[in-house]
Amino acid sequence: MPNALGSTTTRTPRTSSTAHGFAIEATDLVKTYATGRGTSPVQALAGLSLTVRQGEVFGLLGPNGAGKSTTVKILSTLARPDSGTAVVAGYDVTQHPDAVRRAIGLISQKSSSAPMMTGRESILLAARIHGMSRHEARARAAELLDRFSLADAADRLTKTYSGGMLRKLDVAVGLVARPTVLFLDEPTTGLDPEARAQMWDEIAHLATVEQLSVLLTTHYLDEADHLADRLAIVDHGRIVAEGTPDELKSELRGDSVVVEVADQAAGAVAAQRLSSLDALDDVTHEGRVIRARTRSAAGTMPVVLAALEQAGVGVASATVSRPSLDDVYLHFAGHSFEEEPRGYRTKSGVPEGADR
Amino acid sequence: MTALVSHSALLTRRSLTVLVRQPAYLLITLIQPMIWLLLFGQLFSKVVDIPGFTSDGQSFMAFLTPGVVMMTALFSAAWAGTTFIEDMSLGVMDRMLASPVRRGALVNGTVIYQGIVSVAQTAVVLVVAYAAGARFGSPGIGIVLTIAAAVLLTVVFAALSNALALLTRQQETLIGVSQLLALPLTFLSSAIMDPRLMPDWIQTVARYNPLDWAVLVSREALSATPDWGVIAWRGGALVVLAVVMSWLATKAFGTYQKSV
Repeated sequence: MPNALGSTTTRTPRTSSTAHGFAIEATDLVKTYATGRGTSPVQALAGLSLTVRQGEVFGLLGPNGAGKSTTVKILSTLARPDSGTAVVAGYDVTQHPDAVRRAIGLISQKSSSAPMMTGRESILLAARIHGMSRHEARARAAELLDRFSLADAADRLTKTYSGGMLRKLDVAVGLVARPTVLFLDEPTTGLDPEARAQMWDEIAHLATVEQLSVLLTTHYLDEADHLADRLAIVDHGRIVAEGTPDELKSELRGDSVVVEVADQAAGAVAAQRLSSLDALDDVTHEGRVIRARTRSAAGTMPVVLAALEQAGVGVASATVSRPSLDDVYLHFAGHSFEEEPRGYRTKSGVPEGADR
Repeated sequence: MTALVSHSALLTRRSLTVLVRQPAYLLITLIQPMIWLLLFGQLFSKVVDIPGFTSDGQSFMAFLTPGVVMMTALFSAAWAGTTFIEDMSLGVMDRMLASPVRRGALVNGTVIYQGIVSVAQTAVVLVVAYAAGARFGSPGIGIVLTIAAAVLLTVVFAALSNALALLTRQQETLIGVSQLLALPLTFLSSAIMDPRLMPDWIQTVARYNPLDWAVLVSREALSATPDWGVIAWRGGALVVLAVVMSWLATKAFGTYQKSV
């Protein structure tokens, strides 16, 4: 049940998508992978629909295995959906994959630089494959190497590059043919904080200054919050919420209360006790952590602490805060972000569906 | 079409650039043929004296040379898919497939590259054989057709290796193929033994063995009195098989993309 929060997940005829100003329009994508050895196939996408407007950064947020990479693979013509349609830069991905390929740049999760080639050669090869003349390709490579501060390392083999440099090179290669739609599949995974900050600046620049439409997948909540104009939360192969980060956060009434109790056993007791309080809504608990929502931040904490003391539960920490994307995720996906989706815990703390 | 040609050229050059930076790879592929040619060739040098062995007065090493050339081509080509497997484990393959590169060019790039490597290997084997005393009846046309046959055999097995790499995505498969195919195909051919001295069943199997076709083309072309009928038939069969295998390898991309 996609929750279309202030967004436009309308089912328009696919050929007219450009008229609506959509860079990407995906409708009901389904993709199932055979896993072999008599095991049941895994459904990676279970009817995923999304729209990305021109010139915006759209964040696809979810844990590993939620279906983010499969979505990118289908939209970038690497994989074919079992059913559903997708239009990227005005072209249907299954009917006109070549037209889509000319209009997109893909920066995949894994580094795409051949280790025994130099940075400059990597860019030149991509430029020539896109049909540029030798002269054009050289000029474009020099321009991109300069822009990504790789000019000094341009003629070194990429196996000598740092993780941050490789990622910059990947982006440079992805931009070589001046795409209108850019796919960034977990662009900062594995980067150190400094390289990550640089990459964030770069992505923000691409969207604002260069007017690129960007589909960004990430499993970092702060990254989605920082970069995405709009975002969708993916869970079990479908979108469970969609909107701007602020819209999603304001969907949660009131502030977020997080209480950590002293030991595991007390968790259930505390959760039960807190559920009965009028001041709290949406009480959930995982292990020692109890989460809830409150409408009156100021008055709540004393009530909560008094109730727990009365129940004889030791409190390790208790906070009240504005809702974060973490809370948004918990709210819409039904389990907290850190948990793997297929082993999520019920309120009683028992793993459910762990056998899937 | 022009895109196919230019993309093939670009990707061939990419592989050659990498090879030039790691010349040791080429040297390693030449160790085996030197062992066959110089050690095996010496050890069995009296084989030519067996009644029924038609050597036209040549040394066993001269008889063996076409066999060693073709074995070398086959062994190297069986590993061609390694490039794809490395590209797949890095993100290179994904980025390539999301770009307008022609699928046929990806196959052509590795196959043409292997063909060029094969020319170099063949040249080295021929030079070493000559230096070790092997002499041929018609060296001019013989060398040209030996190289042509080695390249065609390379295309056949490089395309097969590429197709298997795309379908299984595992280096282990290529190890298995080179182990299971290379030596048996060598022993089921006239690479190291005169067909007239083989058991009947091996003679029959050899008739359908592409390695044997390539060896016969080369050996006939190098002999003083080439049998052009043998050369035409076996050479033609190699050309057809090379085209079919390249087409199959390109088709394998479709299957690969369905599984990702």
